Amino acid sequence: MALDLGVFCKNTLDGEVVEHCFSAVFGLAQNADPSYLDWLLKAWGWTLAVAGLGLTIALILGAVMGTLRTLPDGGRLSRWLVRLSTAWVELFRNIPILVQVFLWYHVIPAFVLPLKALPSYWLVSIALGFFTSARIAEQVRAGIQALPSGQRMAATALGLTTSQSYRYVILPMALRIVMPPLTSESMNLIKNSSVAFAVSVPELTLFAMQAQEETSHGVEIYLAVTLLYAASAFAVNRVMAAIEKRTRIPGFIAASNDAVVH
Amino acid sequence: MKTHLLRFSLLFVGFTAAQTLYAASPTLDKIKSSGAITMGVRESSIPMSYTTGDSRFDGYHVEICRMILGDIKDKLKLGTLRINYQPVTSQNRVPLMQNGTIDIECGTTTNNVARAKDVGFANTLYVEEVRIAVKANSGINSISQLAGKKVATTTGTTSVQLLRKHEKANGVNFDEVFGKDHADSFLLLESGRADAFVMDGSILAGNIANSKNPKDYKIVGEVLSTEPIAIMVPKNDPEFKAAVNEAIAKIVKNGNMPKLWNKWFLSPIPPKNIVVGLELSPATKNAWANPNDKPAEDYQKK
Amino acid sequence: MLSLDLSFYNWELFTSYILKGLLFSVQLTVIATLGGIVFGTFLALMRLSGKPTLVYPATFYINTMRSIPLVMVILWFFLLIPMLIGRPIGADLSATITFIAFEAAFFSEIVRAGIQSVPKGQAYAAEALGMTYGQNMRLIILPQAFRNMIPVFMTQTIILFQDTSLVYAIGAYDLLKGFEIAGKNYGRPIETYILAAFTYFIICFSLSKVVRKIHTKVAIIR
Repeated sequence: MALDLGVFCKNTLDGEVVEHCFSAVFGLAQNADPSYLDWLLKAWGWTLAVAGLGLTIALILGAVMGTLRTLPDGGRLSRWLVRLSTAWVELFRNIPILVQVFLWYHVIPAFVLPLKALPSYWLVSIALGFFTSARIAEQVRAGIQALPSGQRMAATALGLTTSQSYRYVILPMALRIVMPPLTSESMNLIKNSSVAFAVSVPELTLFAMQAQEETSHGVEIYLAVTLLYAASAFAVNRVMAAIEKRTRIPGFIAASNDAVVH
Repeated sequence: MKTHLLRFSLLFVGFTAAQTLYAASPTLDKIKSSGAITMGVRESSIPMSYTTGDSRFDGYHVEICRMILGDIKDKLKLGTLRINYQPVTSQNRVPLMQNGTIDIECGTTTNNVARAKDVGFANTLYVEEVRIAVKANSGINSISQLAGKKVATTTGTTSVQLLRKHEKANGVNFDEVFGKDHADSFLLLESGRADAFVMDGSILAGNIANSKNPKDYKIVGEVLSTEPIAIMVPKNDPEFKAAVNEAIAKIVKNGNMPKLWNKWFLSPIPPKNIVVGLELSPATKNAWANPNDKPAEDYQKK
Repeated sequence: MLSLDLSFYNWELFTSYILKGLLFSVQLTVIATLGGIVFGTFLALMRLSGKPTLVYPATFYINTMRSIPLVMVILWFFLLIPMLIGRPIGADLSATITFIAFEAAFFSEIVRAGIQSVPKGQAYAAEALGMTYGQNMRLIILPQAFRNMIPVFMTQTIILFQDTSLVYAIGAYDLLKGFEIAGKNYGRPIETYILAAFTYFIICFSLSKVVRKIHTKVAIIR
């Protein structure tokens, strides 16, 4: 079976070949009617926008919720915060993302009317962000609990308050430890953003489903979309790896991929 | 105009060509020797073909198929003919027909030239018209009033491209929103996220009838496109196709079609006893009067 | 304003629409977990073998699977398997094969981490005793590694159970599909989405409670 990549140079109205197939990509020319290639790149932009917004929400909330779960028992407030963060994690990680996206788009705005004014990509980003934040929170909690308990005790002995010991001792260590799992959660978020098509965000998966129907070139369309997803996830992987390398404290966390048995 | 989200059917053409059998009618032989036939059906295409729960299937096309199979049973002088129901989707119905998993498909498949290369179609008994559904109090009566409005349609259907062509041809702009499936698209209209839902008339009517307050919606405007929906049969089995068409001719001649239309489109149907309420269109009436298996492309030329 | 009407939801609807989907989701989860662990262990052993001819293919396979959305993998397998075996297969079988192949990549990473969590001294000691690579793995490393991995395996299984909802893409009949079809045929999509969320939550939450119990029981304390 031969690939027919010419399909991307066809316009989206009647399947005629457009004048500026590739030059339009670099902004050198403008097609009278958009081609499937133009549409594909636009769709990629949507995927990146949704994933980027979702990732921001997920990282912030995930770090906060994960930290709250490890608070020492210091009175009513901290007990409530622990309960809240535990409930948050359990709620958002135990419902499939597809179902959560539907709840955010169709159900919750029916009860919380101001949400109706939000564009759908915001709602999807919130859904993706909350879902992923629950998973990130678990990683952060595990990272904090993996620290030797002496660190926390030493901070207390130095007279640091709870928030100070988190700010200056615990989190700087824990957040470094959790970089590798955070990398895979971030990659997961890019991939999970494909559920956005279900609520009318014109991103890559929606493009794939629609364009292959119109062109009957399913293989070429899916190949292009798959490669763009993989490239996006890989880019996130590299960025996170660079951050991990830059923030590494020599001698503390050894990244070891060596074979154990020789 | 039927949804086929992921049409991989093209891929299967290559290796099914080799499977062509030269027996008189492989399907009829199979029915005779096994005393059974497998019917492809849809799960939620109300009222054409859908499940009423617990692996029971019913609908306009399903009932017609049962009548056709009854006729074939008599013709083959079989005492009983067991019907196995196999749920199919837009994505797998053509491949499953090609590899013989199903012997006849009674769903909502558009007869078009591309598919006719892979499968056969019986004479058309239902002609679909693409229409617009709106809220009854919206004041919208025509597609020209939709400029700048939010228009819902379903991802993976030809309606998406139809809207795009219309925008281009008339220099208007719709704010398109896409549902994952028809029920979702209708939900967009219901919840006010869209001002109109452009789709096949039977789908619009079915969704309206199934909604909480059917009176809140109406189908308006000109017919945007017309397509024949037909019962699918295996390709390269002209004898079976002829037997099906003969049975269809008999059903039409006995005056059963208006009754069937009345039963499925104008009367309460299970599981909720809703009334779809879609009037018989001249195009469908014409198909009954002049039996033919013309593909959708022939309808567009008019 | 939205008003909820759950009156349509009864035992008959559950048995005729939902149960079939639930059974498929559970079956898919169990088969994919077992298959994924078996193939995942092989992949992990390939990656840790130190032989380039084994390391690179395994690494490539795992990284590819991990960087493509599951929906896309499901679609590709639905497209490619028939090309390989020469005839179309049903959505259910296709989904099962896809999930085993996909989960193998994830389970292999868990297994690899589990193996690496066993102190290196253990492997050296076994080597010093004259054990072969196979004996070392079978008798020393894997028994300890699996014990460490059980909670992570189960967490991945819960994720897997949720991911089965993505088979909608090829039309297989899973738990979510059961809810969706009931919702469509009864004209109550919003209510069924809420019920679906509730059902998934109950199942996954109970499972994660079980995981925590097991975690405290099997942990090797050093």
